[in-house]
Amino acid sequence: MTRALHAAAATLLAVLSWQALVTLADLPRFILPGPGLVAQALWSNRALIADHALITAIEVLVGLGLGSALGFVSAILLAASPLALSLLRPMLVFSQAIPVFALAPILTLWLGYGLWSKVAMALLIIYFPVTSAFFDALMRTAPGWLELARVMNAPPARVMWHIRVPAALPGFASGLRLAVVYAPIGAIIGEWVGASQGLGYLMLLANGRAKIDLMFAALIVLGILTLTLHAAVDALCRRLWGA
Amino acid sequence: MTPPPALHLSGQAKIGDTPIFGPLVMEAPAGQWTCLLGPSGVGKSTLLRLFAGLGDEVTFEGTFGAGDGAPLEGRVALMAQGDLLMPWLDVTANVTLGARLRGAEVARDRALGILDWVGLSDHAAKRPDELSGGQRQRVALARTLMEDRPVVLLDEPFSALDARSRARMQDLSAELLAGRTVLHVTHDVAEAARLGQVVLVMTGDGMSMAEPPCAQVPRTYDAPGTLAFQGALLRQLMEAQ
Repeated sequence: MTRALHAAAATLLAVLSWQALVTLADLPRFILPGPGLVAQALWSNRALIADHALITAIEVLVGLGLGSALGFVSAILLAASPLALSLLRPMLVFSQAIPVFALAPILTLWLGYGLWSKVAMALLIIYFPVTSAFFDALMRTAPGWLELARVMNAPPARVMWHIRVPAALPGFASGLRLAVVYAPIGAIIGEWVGASQGLGYLMLLANGRAKIDLMFAALIVLGILTLTLHAAVDALCRRLWGA
Repeated sequence: MTPPPALHLSGQAKIGDTPIFGPLVMEAPAGQWTCLLGPSGVGKSTLLRLFAGLGDEVTFEGTFGAGDGAPLEGRVALMAQGDLLMPWLDVTANVTLGARLRGAEVARDRALGILDWVGLSDHAAKRPDELSGGQRQRVALARTLMEDRPVVLLDEPFSALDARSRARMQDLSAELLAGRTVLHVTHDVAEAARLGQVVLVMTGDGMSMAEPPCAQVPRTYDAPGTLAFQGALLRQLMEAQ
Protein backbone atom coordinates (compact mmCIF):
# COMPACT_ATOMS: atom_id res chain seq x y z
CA MET A 1 0.00 0.00 0.00
CA THR A 2 2.78 2.43 0.95
CA ARG A 3 4.56 1.44 -2.28
CA ALA A 4 1.52 2.31 -4.38
CA LEU A 5 1.22 5.58 -2.49
CA HIS A 6 4.89 6.38 -3.13
CA ALA A 7 4.52 5.57 -6.84
CA ALA A 8 1.47 7.82 -7.09
CA ALA A 9 3.29 10.63 -5.29
CA ALA A 10 6.34 10.26 -7.57
CA THR A 11 4.12 10.38 -10.68
CA LEU A 12 2.35 13.48 -9.38
CA LEU A 13 5.69 15.14 -8.63
CA ALA A 14 6.97 14.38 -12.15
CA VAL A 15 3.81 15.75 -13.79
CA LEU A 16 3.96 18.91 -11.63
CA SER A 17 7.65 19.52 -12.45
CA TRP A 18 6.87 19.00 -16.14
CA GLN A 19 4.05 21.56 -16.00
CA ALA A 20 6.22 23.95 -13.98
CA LEU A 21 9.04 23.68 -16.56
CA VAL A 22 6.62 24.42 -19.42
CA THR A 23 5.03 27.38 -17.60
CA LEU A 24 8.17 28.95 -16.09
CA ALA A 25 10.34 28.61 -19.22
CA ASP A 26 7.40 29.63 -21.37
CA LEU A 27 8.07 26.78 -23.81
CA PRO A 28 6.02 26.77 -27.03
CA ARG A 29 3.76 23.71 -27.45
CA PHE A 30 5.70 22.51 -30.52
CA ILE A 31 8.84 22.16 -28.38
CA LEU A 32 7.40 20.70 -25.18
CA PRO A 33 3.64 20.52 -24.69
CA GLY A 34 2.39 20.46 -21.11
CA PRO A 35 0.92 17.36 -19.47
CA GLY A 36 -2.61 18.60 -20.01
CA LEU A 37 -2.18 18.86 -23.79
CA VAL A 38 -0.50 15.47 -23.96
CA ALA A 39 -3.30 13.89 -21.93
CA GLN A 40 -5.79 15.45 -24.33
CA ALA A 41 -3.90 14.09 -27.35
CA LEU A 42 -3.74 10.70 -25.69
CA TRP A 43 -7.47 10.61 -25.09
CA SER A 44 -8.58 11.89 -28.49
CA ASN A 45 -6.20 9.53 -30.33
CA ARG A 46 -6.78 6.56 -28.03
CA ALA A 47 -7.93 4.17 -30.75
CA LEU A 48 -5.05 5.10 -33.06
CA ILE A 49 -2.45 4.80 -30.29
CA ALA A 50 -3.92 1.50 -29.07
CA ASP A 51 -3.66 0.01 -32.59
CA HIS A 52 -0.02 0.98 -32.93
CA ALA A 53 0.79 0.00 -29.34
CA LEU A 54 -0.63 -3.48 -30.00
CA ILE A 55 1.72 -3.89 -33.00
CA THR A 56 4.75 -2.81 -30.95
CA ALA A 57 3.69 -5.07 -28.07
CA ILE A 58 3.48 -8.06 -30.43
CA GLU A 59 6.93 -7.30 -31.88
CA VAL A 60 8.40 -7.01 -28.39
CA LEU A 61 6.74 -10.18 -27.08
CA VAL A 62 7.67 -12.33 -30.06
CA GLY A 63 11.25 -10.99 -30.00
CA LEU A 64 11.43 -11.55 -26.26
CA GLY A 65 10.12 -15.11 -26.54
CA LEU A 66 12.41 -16.11 -29.41
CA GLY A 67 15.46 -14.28 -28.04
CA SER A 68 15.08 -15.80 -24.55
CA ALA A 69 14.57 -19.29 -25.96
CA LEU A 70 17.62 -18.91 -28.18
CA GLY A 71 19.65 -17.49 -25.28
CA PHE A 72 18.53 -20.34 -23.01
CA VAL A 73 19.63 -23.00 -25.49
CA SER A 74 22.90 -21.23 -26.43
CA ALA A 75 23.96 -20.79 -22.81
CA ILE A 76 23.42 -24.50 -22.10
CA LEU A 77 25.35 -25.42 -25.23
CA LEU A 78 28.23 -23.12 -24.30
CA ALA A 79 28.30 -24.42 -20.73
CA ALA A 80 28.13 -28.05 -21.83
CA SER A 81 30.78 -28.03 -24.51
CA PRO A 82 34.23 -26.49 -24.13
CA LEU A 83 34.57 -26.74 -27.93
CA ALA A 84 31.41 -24.71 -28.51
CA LEU A 85 32.66 -22.22 -25.95
CA SER A 86 36.06 -21.72 -27.55
CA LEU A 87 34.54 -21.43 -31.06
CA LEU A 88 31.49 -19.33 -30.30
CA ARG A 89 32.53 -17.07 -27.46
CA PRO A 90 34.90 -14.88 -29.53
CA MET A 91 32.16 -14.56 -32.13
CA LEU A 92 29.62 -13.57 -29.49
CA VAL A 93 31.94 -10.98 -28.00
CA PHE A 94 32.81 -9.59 -31.45
CA SER A 95 29.13 -9.39 -32.34
CA GLN A 96 28.72 -7.10 -29.34
CA ALA A 97 31.27 -4.72 -30.85
CA ILE A 98 28.81 -3.99 -33.68
CA PRO A 99 26.08 -1.64 -32.48
CA VAL A 100 22.80 -3.46 -33.04
CA PHE A 101 21.31 -0.19 -34.34
CA ALA A 102 23.69 -0.32 -37.30
CA LEU A 103 22.08 -3.59 -38.35
CA ALA A 104 18.56 -2.19 -38.51
CA PRO A 105 18.71 -1.09 -42.20
CA ILE A 106 20.17 -4.46 -43.20
CA LEU A 107 17.47 -6.35 -41.31
CA THR A 108 14.81 -4.24 -42.99
CA LEU A 109 16.39 -5.02 -46.34
CA TRP A 110 16.40 -8.75 -45.62
CA LEU A 111 13.15 -9.18 -43.71
CA GLY A 112 11.01 -6.39 -45.13
CA TYR A 113 8.93 -3.64 -43.54
CA GLY A 114 6.68 -5.99 -41.59
CA LEU A 115 6.76 -7.64 -38.20
CA TRP A 116 9.86 -9.79 -38.64
CA SER A 117 12.52 -7.10 -39.06
CA LYS A 118 11.41 -5.62 -35.70
CA VAL A 119 11.26 -9.03 -34.05
CA ALA A 120 14.79 -9.67 -35.30
CA MET A 121 15.98 -6.34 -33.82
CA ALA A 122 14.40 -7.10 -30.44
CA LEU A 123 15.82 -10.62 -30.56
CA LEU A 124 19.34 -9.44 -31.38
CA ILE A 125 19.37 -6.81 -28.67
CA ILE A 126 18.30 -9.22 -25.90
CA TYR A 127 20.14 -12.33 -27.03
CA PHE A 128 23.49 -11.38 -25.51
CA PRO A 129 22.30 -10.27 -22.04
CA VAL A 130 20.12 -13.38 -21.66
CA THR A 131 22.84 -15.74 -22.89
CA SER A 132 25.61 -14.25 -20.81
CA ALA A 133 23.58 -13.96 -17.57
CA PHE A 134 22.43 -17.59 -17.86
CA PHE A 135 25.84 -18.86 -18.99
CA ASP A 136 27.59 -17.18 -16.05
CA ALA A 137 25.10 -18.76 -13.65
CA LEU A 138 25.58 -22.18 -15.29
CA MET A 139 29.33 -21.92 -14.73
CA ARG A 140 28.88 -21.10 -11.04
CA THR A 141 27.18 -24.30 -9.87
CA ALA A 142 28.16 -25.01 -6.26
CA PRO A 143 31.22 -27.34 -6.43
CA GLY A 144 29.76 -29.53 -3.67
CA TRP A 145 26.76 -30.41 -5.84
CA LEU A 146 28.94 -31.29 -8.80
CA GLU A 147 31.12 -33.51 -6.60
CA LEU A 148 28.08 -35.23 -5.14
CA ALA A 149 26.86 -35.90 -8.68
CA ARG A 150 30.27 -37.30 -9.62
CA VAL A 151 30.29 -39.69 -6.69
CA MET A 152 26.78 -40.73 -7.78
CA ASN A 153 28.22 -41.58 -11.24
CA ALA A 154 26.00 -39.12 -13.09
CA PRO A 155 26.69 -38.49 -16.80
CA PRO A 156 27.36 -34.79 -17.67
CA ALA A 157 24.12 -34.29 -19.61
CA ARG A 158 22.06 -35.37 -16.62
CA VAL A 159 24.09 -33.20 -14.25
CA MET A 160 23.33 -30.30 -16.59
CA TRP A 161 19.62 -30.97 -16.68
CA HIS A 162 19.01 -31.97 -13.05
CA ILE A 163 21.48 -29.71 -11.24
CA ARG A 164 23.19 -27.00 -13.27
CA VAL A 165 20.13 -25.70 -15.14
CA PRO A 166 17.77 -25.55 -12.16
CA ALA A 167 20.49 -24.01 -10.00
CA ALA A 168 21.14 -21.35 -12.68
CA LEU A 169 17.50 -20.36 -13.27
CA PRO A 170 17.78 -17.28 -11.01
CA GLY A 171 20.60 -16.12 -13.35
CA PHE A 172 18.34 -16.71 -16.34
CA ALA A 173 15.67 -14.67 -14.55
CA SER A 174 18.01 -11.71 -14.12
CA GLY A 175 18.89 -11.90 -17.83
CA LEU A 176 15.19 -11.93 -18.63
CA ARG A 177 14.59 -8.85 -16.46
CA LEU A 178 17.21 -6.95 -18.46
CA ALA A 179 15.85 -8.29 -21.73
CA VAL A 180 12.35 -7.06 -21.08
CA VAL A 181 13.65 -3.48 -20.83
CA TYR A 182 15.92 -3.80 -23.87
CA ALA A 183 13.47 -5.51 -26.22
CA PRO A 184 11.26 -2.41 -26.80
CA ILE A 185 14.39 -0.43 -27.77
CA GLY A 186 15.05 -2.95 -30.55
CA ALA A 187 11.47 -2.87 -31.77
CA ILE A 188 11.34 0.96 -31.84
CA ILE A 189 14.65 1.27 -33.73
CA GLY A 190 13.29 -1.25 -36.23
CA GLU A 191 10.16 0.81 -36.64
CA TRP A 192 12.14 4.01 -37.14
CA VAL A 193 14.17 2.49 -39.94
CA GLY A 194 11.19 1.27 -41.87
CA ALA A 195 7.63 0.45 -40.87
CA SER A 196 4.03 1.32 -41.52
CA GLN A 197 2.78 0.48 -38.02
CA GLY A 198 3.86 0.60 -34.39
CA LEU A 199 4.53 3.27 -31.76
CA GLY A 200 7.94 4.15 -33.22
CA TYR A 201 6.35 4.70 -36.61
CA LEU A 202 3.57 6.77 -35.01
CA MET A 203 6.14 8.97 -33.25
CA LEU A 204 8.00 9.67 -36.49
CA LEU A 205 4.71 10.40 -38.23
CA ALA A 206 3.56 12.76 -35.49
CA ASN A 207 6.94 14.47 -35.48
CA GLY A 208 6.76 15.03 -39.25
CA ARG A 209 3.35 16.64 -38.88
CA ALA A 210 4.44 18.76 -35.89
CA LYS A 211 1.96 16.91 -33.64
CA ILE A 212 4.36 17.01 -30.72
CA ASP A 213 1.57 16.30 -28.21
CA LEU A 214 0.77 13.03 -30.04
CA MET A 215 4.47 12.16 -30.09
CA PHE A 216 4.68 12.53 -26.33
CA ALA A 217 1.45 10.60 -25.88
CA ALA A 218 2.96 7.70 -27.86
CA LEU A 219 6.15 7.96 -25.82
CA ILE A 220 4.24 7.73 -22.54
CA VAL A 221 2.29 4.71 -23.77
CA LEU A 222 5.59 3.07 -24.76
CA GLY A 223 6.95 3.69 -21.25
CA ILE A 224 3.83 2.21 -19.66
CA LEU A 225 4.06 -0.80 -21.99
CA THR A 226 7.66 -1.46 -20.94
CA LEU A 227 6.92 -1.03 -17.23
CA THR A 228 3.94 -3.39 -17.44
CA LEU A 229 6.02 -6.01 -19.24
CA HIS A 230 8.79 -5.65 -16.69
CA ALA A 231 6.36 -6.05 -13.79
CA ALA A 232 4.80 -9.10 -15.46
CA VAL A 233 8.15 -10.80 -16.12
CA ASP A 234 9.31 -9.95 -12.60
CA ALA A 235 6.19 -11.50 -11.08
CA LEU A 236 6.56 -14.56 -13.31
CA CYS A 237 10.21 -15.09 -12.33
CA ARG A 238 9.41 -14.71 -8.64
CA ARG A 239 6.57 -17.16 -8.89
CA LEU A 240 8.50 -19.76 -10.89
CA TRP A 241 11.90 -19.61 -9.25
CA GLY A 242 11.47 -17.43 -6.19
CA ALA A 243 14.22 -15.15 -7.50
CA MET B 1 24.95 -54.41 -1.98
CA THR B 2 28.28 -56.11 -2.68
CA PRO B 3 30.39 -57.10 0.37
CA PRO B 4 32.17 -54.06 1.78
CA PRO B 5 35.89 -53.91 0.95
CA ALA B 6 38.71 -52.70 3.18
CA LEU B 7 40.41 -49.43 2.22
CA HIS B 8 44.13 -48.83 2.14
CA LEU B 9 46.39 -45.94 1.27
CA SER B 10 50.14 -45.60 1.28
CA GLY B 11 52.02 -42.61 -0.07
CA GLN B 12 52.10 -38.83 -0.03
CA ALA B 13 49.94 -36.10 -1.53
CA LYS B 14 50.75 -32.68 -2.93
CA ILE B 15 48.75 -29.93 -4.55
CA GLY B 16 51.13 -28.23 -6.95
CA ASP B 17 54.37 -28.01 -4.95
CA THR B 18 52.65 -27.77 -1.56
CA PRO B 19 52.83 -31.00 0.45
CA ILE B 20 49.39 -31.89 1.83
CA PHE B 21 50.08 -35.07 3.79
CA GLY B 22 52.42 -38.00 4.10
CA PRO B 23 54.28 -40.07 3.43
CA LEU B 24 51.94 -42.22 5.52
CA VAL B 25 50.13 -45.56 5.59
CA MET B 26 46.43 -46.00 6.35
CA GLU B 27 44.24 -49.09 6.63
CA ALA B 28 40.48 -49.10 7.18
CA PRO B 29 39.14 -52.62 7.78
CA ALA B 30 36.20 -53.99 5.79
CA GLY B 31 32.72 -53.48 7.20
CA GLN B 32 33.93 -51.36 10.13
CA TRP B 33 33.60 -47.73 11.15
CA THR B 34 36.99 -46.03 10.98
CA CYS B 35 37.35 -42.51 12.36
CA LEU B 36 40.13 -40.39 10.94
CA LEU B 37 40.75 -37.82 13.65
CA GLY B 38 43.03 -34.85 13.24
CA PRO B 39 43.38 -31.08 13.46
CA SER B 40 42.27 -28.81 10.61
CA GLY B 41 44.67 -28.49 7.70
CA VAL B 42 46.35 -31.85 8.21
CA GLY B 43 45.02 -33.19 4.89
CA LYS B 44 42.36 -35.60 6.11
CA SER B 45 39.69 -34.22 3.76
CA THR B 46 42.13 -34.53 0.85
CA LEU B 47 42.67 -38.17 1.79
CA LEU B 48 38.90 -38.72 1.81
CA ARG B 49 38.55 -36.98 -1.56
CA LEU B 50 41.04 -39.42 -3.07
CA PHE B 51 38.84 -42.35 -2.08
CA ALA B 52 35.78 -40.49 -3.42
CA GLY B 53 37.49 -40.13 -6.80
CA LEU B 54 37.43 -36.34 -6.49
CA GLY B 55 41.08 -35.46 -5.98
CA ASP B 56 41.71 -34.06 -9.48
CA GLU B 57 43.82 -31.24 -8.07
CA VAL B 58 45.93 -33.64 -5.95
CA THR B 59 49.18 -35.22 -7.09
CA PHE B 60 49.37 -38.51 -5.20
CA GLU B 61 52.52 -40.59 -5.15
CA GLY B 62 51.76 -44.07 -3.91
CA THR B 63 48.85 -46.47 -3.96
CA PHE B 64 45.35 -46.40 -2.57
CA GLY B 65 42.14 -48.31 -3.19
CA ALA B 66 39.96 -51.19 -2.09
CA GLY B 67 41.35 -54.26 -0.36
CA ASP B 68 39.68 -56.56 -2.90
CA GLY B 69 41.61 -54.90 -5.71
CA ALA B 70 38.48 -53.89 -7.67
CA PRO B 71 37.97 -50.21 -8.55
CA LEU B 72 36.11 -48.07 -6.02
CA GLU B 73 34.06 -46.21 -8.61
CA GLY B 74 30.37 -46.92 -8.15
CA ARG B 75 30.90 -48.45 -4.71
CA VAL B 76 31.25 -45.21 -2.76
CA ALA B 77 28.74 -42.81 -1.23
CA LEU B 78 29.74 -39.41 0.16
CA MET B 79 28.24 -37.33 2.93
CA ALA B 80 29.83 -33.92 3.30
CA GLN B 81 29.81 -31.19 5.93
CA GLY B 82 27.09 -29.29 4.08
CA ASP B 83 23.88 -31.21 3.46
CA LEU B 84 24.08 -30.42 -0.31
CA LEU B 85 20.30 -30.61 -0.65
CA MET B 86 18.81 -29.08 -3.80
CA PRO B 87 16.49 -26.29 -2.64
CA TRP B 88 14.18 -26.73 -5.64
CA LEU B 89 13.46 -30.41 -4.87
CA ASP B 90 11.29 -31.74 -2.05
CA VAL B 91 12.71 -34.16 0.51
CA THR B 92 11.72 -37.32 -1.38
CA ALA B 93 13.16 -36.00 -4.66
CA ASN B 94 16.39 -35.10 -2.85
CA VAL B 95 16.64 -38.60 -1.40
CA THR B 96 16.13 -40.17 -4.84
CA LEU B 97 18.51 -37.77 -6.60
CA GLY B 98 21.09 -40.43 -7.42
CA ALA B 99 18.67 -42.58 -9.41
CA ARG B 100 17.46 -39.59 -11.40
CA LEU B 101 21.03 -38.48 -12.09
CA ARG B 102 21.87 -41.92 -13.46
CA GLY B 103 18.63 -42.19 -15.46
CA ALA B 104 17.65 -45.21 -13.37
CA GLU B 105 14.21 -46.05 -12.09
CA VAL B 106 13.27 -44.06 -8.99
CA ALA B 107 12.41 -46.42 -6.12
CA ARG B 108 9.96 -44.14 -4.37
CA ASP B 109 8.68 -46.73 -1.89
CA ARG B 110 12.19 -47.53 -0.77
CA ALA B 111 12.89 -43.82 -0.33
CA LEU B 112 9.80 -43.43 1.85
CA GLY B 113 10.92 -46.44 3.90
CA ILE B 114 14.35 -44.88 4.46
CA LEU B 115 12.75 -41.55 5.37
CA ASP B 116 10.80 -43.50 7.97
CA TRP B 117 14.05 -44.90 9.43
CA VAL B 118 15.52 -41.43 9.82
CA GLY B 119 12.23 -40.19 11.33
CA LEU B 120 11.21 -37.86 8.53
CA SER B 121 8.11 -39.59 7.09
CA ASP B 122 6.00 -36.56 7.97
CA HIS B 123 8.34 -34.27 6.02
CA ALA B 124 8.60 -36.23 2.75
CA ALA B 125 6.87 -33.53 0.69
CA LYS B 126 8.59 -30.53 2.30
CA ARG B 127 11.29 -28.37 0.76
CA PRO B 128 14.71 -28.24 2.45
CA ASP B 129 14.21 -24.62 3.57
CA GLU B 130 11.27 -25.76 5.71
CA LEU B 131 13.53 -28.07 7.75
CA SER B 132 15.93 -27.50 10.64
CA GLY B 133 19.69 -28.07 10.25
CA GLY B 134 19.46 -31.44 11.99
CA GLN B 135 16.54 -32.54 9.83
CA ARG B 136 18.37 -31.48 6.67
CA GLN B 137 21.39 -33.55 7.66
CA ARG B 138 19.05 -36.51 8.25
CA VAL B 139 17.78 -36.07 4.67
CA ALA B 140 21.42 -36.16 3.54
CA LEU B 141 21.87 -39.39 5.51
CA ALA B 142 18.74 -40.82 3.86
CA ARG B 143 20.13 -39.86 0.45
CA THR B 144 23.40 -41.62 1.33
CA LEU B 145 21.53 -44.76 2.46
CA MET B 146 19.43 -44.67 -0.70
CA GLU B 147 22.62 -45.03 -2.73
CA ASP B 148 23.20 -48.33 -0.88
CA ARG B 149 26.96 -48.35 -1.48
CA PRO B 150 29.31 -50.67 0.47
CA VAL B 151 31.75 -47.82 1.21
CA VAL B 152 30.52 -44.64 2.90
CA LEU B 153 32.77 -41.60 3.20
CA LEU B 154 31.81 -39.02 5.81
CA ASP B 155 33.51 -35.63 5.73
CA GLU B 156 32.68 -33.97 9.07
CA PRO B 157 28.96 -34.33 8.35
CA PHE B 158 27.81 -33.47 11.88
CA SER B 159 30.17 -30.61 12.70
CA ALA B 160 27.66 -27.84 11.96
CA LEU B 161 24.97 -29.29 14.24
CA ASP B 162 24.22 -28.35 17.85
CA ALA B 163 25.37 -30.82 20.53
CA ARG B 164 22.03 -32.59 20.90
CA SER B 165 21.28 -32.96 17.17
CA ARG B 166 24.86 -34.13 16.69
CA ALA B 167 24.58 -36.88 19.32
CA ARG B 168 21.30 -38.05 17.78
CA MET B 169 22.76 -38.05 14.27
CA GLN B 170 25.72 -40.07 15.55
CA ASP B 171 23.37 -42.71 17.04
CA LEU B 172 21.24 -42.85 13.91
CA SER B 173 24.19 -43.06 11.51
CA ALA B 174 25.97 -45.73 13.58
CA GLU B 175 22.80 -47.80 13.54
CA LEU B 176 21.96 -47.38 9.86
CA LEU B 177 25.45 -47.57 8.39
CA ALA B 178 26.50 -50.62 10.44
CA GLY B 179 28.10 -53.35 8.31
CA ARG B 180 29.47 -50.95 5.69
CA THR B 181 33.04 -49.77 5.42
CA VAL B 182 32.79 -46.25 6.84
CA LEU B 183 35.65 -43.78 6.68
CA HIS B 184 34.70 -40.82 8.86
CA VAL B 185 36.85 -37.71 8.85
CA THR B 186 36.34 -35.63 12.00
CA HIS B 187 38.16 -33.12 14.20
CA ASP B 188 35.90 -33.82 17.16
CA VAL B 189 37.52 -36.12 19.76
CA ALA B 190 34.17 -36.85 21.45
CA GLU B 191 32.74 -37.96 18.12
CA ALA B 192 35.70 -40.23 17.37
CA ALA B 193 35.46 -41.70 20.89
CA ARG B 194 31.78 -42.54 20.40
CA LEU B 195 31.81 -43.87 16.84
CA GLY B 196 35.21 -45.28 15.90
CA GLN B 197 35.61 -49.07 15.85
CA VAL B 198 39.02 -48.09 14.58
CA VAL B 199 40.39 -44.63 15.40
CA LEU B 200 43.29 -43.27 13.39
CA VAL B 201 44.93 -40.08 14.58
CA MET B 202 46.37 -38.03 11.74
CA THR B 203 48.79 -35.24 12.66
CA GLY B 204 51.85 -33.57 11.20
CA ASP B 205 53.83 -36.53 12.59
CA GLY B 206 51.89 -39.00 10.44
CA MET B 207 49.23 -41.60 11.16
CA SER B 208 48.92 -43.51 14.42
CA MET B 209 46.27 -45.89 15.70
CA ALA B 210 44.49 -45.38 19.05
CA GLU B 211 43.13 -48.30 21.06
CA PRO B 212 39.35 -47.79 21.48
CA PRO B 213 37.36 -49.27 24.41
CA CYS B 214 35.66 -52.58 23.64
CA ALA B 215 32.12 -51.18 24.14
CA GLN B 216 29.95 -51.38 21.02
CA VAL B 217 29.44 -48.29 18.87
CA PRO B 218 27.74 -45.91 19.24
CA ARG B 219 29.32 -45.76 22.70
CA THR B 220 27.40 -44.03 25.46
CA TYR B 221 28.57 -40.43 25.56
CA ASP B 222 28.98 -40.29 29.34
CA ALA B 223 30.32 -43.81 29.96
CA PRO B 224 33.67 -43.69 31.83
CA GLY B 225 35.34 -45.73 29.07
CA THR B 226 34.20 -43.31 26.35
CA LEU B 227 35.28 -40.28 28.37
CA ALA B 228 38.67 -41.76 29.18
CA PHE B 229 39.22 -42.62 25.52
CA GLN B 230 38.18 -39.10 24.55
CA GLY B 231 40.80 -37.72 26.97
CA ALA B 232 43.46 -40.07 25.63
CA LEU B 233 42.72 -38.99 22.05
CA LEU B 234 42.99 -35.33 22.96
CA ARG B 235 46.29 -35.98 24.73
CA GLN B 236 47.58 -37.76 21.62
CA LEU B 237 46.56 -34.76 19.49
CA MET B 238 48.14 -32.26 21.91
CA GLU B 239 51.42 -34.11 22.10
CA ALA B 240 51.79 -34.42 18.34
CA GLN B 241 53.26 -31.77 16.12
